[in-house]
Amino acid sequence: MAFINLKKKEVQVKIVYYGPGRGGKTTNLEYIFKKFQERIKSDMVSIKTHGDRTLYFDFFPFDIGKIKGYDIKVNLYTVPGQVKYNATRRLVLQGVDGVVFVADSMALRREHNFLSLKNLQENLAAYNKNIFKIPLVLQYNKRDLAKQGIQLLTIERMEKDLNSKLKVPSFGASAMSGENVVPTLKKIISIAVASLHKELK
Amino acid sequence: MEYGFGQKELDRVESILKEELIDIGVNVTLLIDMAGNIIARCDDGNCQHDLYSLAALAAGNFGAVNAMAQIVGEENFTLLFHKGESESIHFSKVEDDFLLITIFGNDVSLGFLRLRVEEVAKKIKDSLLYKTMLLANLLDSESDAD
Repeated sequence: MAFINLKKKEVQVKIVYYGPGRGGKTTNLEYIFKKFQERIKSDMVSIKTHGDRTLYFDFFPFDIGKIKGYDIKVNLYTVPGQVKYNATRRLVLQGVDGVVFVADSMALRREHNFLSLKNLQENLAAYNKNIFKIPLVLQYNKRDLAKQGIQLLTIERMEKDLNSKLKVPSFGASAMSGENVVPTLKKIISIAVASLHKELK
Repeated sequence: MEYGFGQKELDRVESILKEELIDIGVNVTLLIDMAGNIIARCDDGNCQHDLYSLAALAAGNFGAVNAMAQIVGEENFTLLFHKGESESIHFSKVEDDFLLITIFGNDVSLGFLRLRVEEVAKKIKDSLLYKTMLLANLLDSESDAD
């Protein structure tokens, strides 16, 4: 659950970008960081391997202003997508308030999306959290690759594959060009804050 | 576990941190949870560090160290210390859910600091409130505001 500091009137909300390796989680964060740089006081922390893959997580805190007199500080994290780093992924999920699942639109990666979503469900369950209840947004990334003639899964196909049971908000996006990156972020923040508000009532 | 600190408890925790740690020359001290949230912080007024990132990394780091402990057959390692040239960092677990981080210079002795950290951890445990009480406090403070 989010951390609420009554004294400083501050709420810290933890949002985690989850998804298969090379799906664009870090690129999402990089775009947000660049876009809102003047509003972000700290540097983006990235713990990477030599090959530029996320080893631990990427992180930065982001102030989004006040709600009912409380300052809302959103802490954005990514997880390493590679299958072998599951222990790390699980650690980063601790205390999560909202998840953006970044799915890869490339037809070749269809199976990776299934496996990663299932892995998210298992890792949330380790913290007694239910994937059907936690604030969650799906992002179908890399839509821009269609222009380069790369075969992509249609949005309808991806909705059917990943969202037929979950029925959560979803966006077709391109983290490289920034298309729908900010709407994805706004959506998860609004759902996470609303869910927190509900929980506190 | 869900936990909470009310305003009175937070004031108390911050005064404990100040009296026991800042007053002996520690530069910064933070109480964080294992999700990387900062619960309380206190510094000597000269701190320029990015404490939110530090808290996120410290929580991740401690998680990794705990995983290492399990590999060698320990339940967990309860403290960690990183020595720097002019500043060092000491991490100590408080209960199962919190981490006390202290950043200090060469003028503070590690042994003395460890004794103080142990004292602080005991005092903080007494200040813990649980979720139901936190919510009651929050509702109280909201109705006060109305």
